[in-house]
Amino acid sequence: MIAHTFFFYTFSIIAVISAIMVTVSKNTVHSVFFLILDFISISCLFIMIGAEFLGMIMLIVYVGAVAVLFLFVVMMLNVAQQKNQWFASESSSKHIPVGLIISTIIFFELIIVIGGWKYKPDLFDLNNSIINYSVSNTHSLGQVLYTDYIHVFQISGMILLVAMIGAIVLTFRKRKGVKTQSYLKQISRERSEGVELLDVESNKGVKVDD
Amino acid sequence: MTEIGLGHYLTLGAVIFSIGIIGIFLNRKNIIVILMSIELILLAVNINLVAFSIFLGDITGQVFTLFILTVAAAEAAIGLAIIVVYYRNSGTIRVEEIDKLKG
Repeated sequence: MIAHTFFFYTFSIIAVISAIMVTVSKNTVHSVFFLILDFISISCLFIMIGAEFLGMIMLIVYVGAVAVLFLFVVMMLNVAQQKNQWFASESSSKHIPVGLIISTIIFFELIIVIGGWKYKPDLFDLNNSIINYSVSNTHSLGQVLYTDYIHVFQISGMILLVAMIGAIVLTFRKRKGVKTQSYLKQISRERSEGVELLDVESNKGVKVDD
Repeated sequence: MTEIGLGHYLTLGAVIFSIGIIGIFLNRKNIIVILMSIELILLAVNINLVAFSIFLGDITGQVFTLFILTVAAAEAAIGLAIIVVYYRNSGTIRVEEIDKLKG
């Protein structure tokens, strides 16, 4: 139990510090790296608490896909010139006190809610998908995911499909002046337009307009 | 050192949630960092759901965390695509220069 406490505090302190660094870091690339560190430490917490499948999925989805996507976009767009300033101008820094007040209020509201948290007396009679500790976490997740939640699962697949199509449609553009292969042109070519038979006079060349 | 309970995880979630909200307000230079702050907020929600799921012994919270992960990935993809299109059209993604709607 001592080890559990030690690792909880280690990972959560790393997570909180890297979350702060995400927001205050001057360089956007550093922000992305701190975001990756944050996700890794939170997934370590998930694995430690007993949700191994979600911890691993977190690593794969966030660190493997989303953070790399962020990194690609940061490097694709020219944001390096703005990296040496925290706030763009004086007029924009007037939002900072408001933001601090609002987030502090939200934090204390959440803390009050957590402090007053009590179990409902009949809570354990109500829940119907109790974790079965004789099988692994992945197994018990799959047992409910593909039976009770199959419709939600398929809808989430549809959401991913729509997001993929939307991202492609948004960023796709036809550019002019790019030499690409046209299959239709290639296969519809005929001999009459491709080859020309010329009668060349001797000692005189042929002028081919190219 | 006390034993780690549900309250510790919920407090961690609250702290990360608040940092995400601060990030949205604080950041005026770059809209990508605002998207990252939104990811932090979703992460805090995931921490809460997983902590409740483990400490109450109900697997439903983890199932919903999986769906939140799906929606967050879709949101990041669409948001970044919109940012790329906006940058291509206007040449900047600084927050204070994005004022086409005069809001």
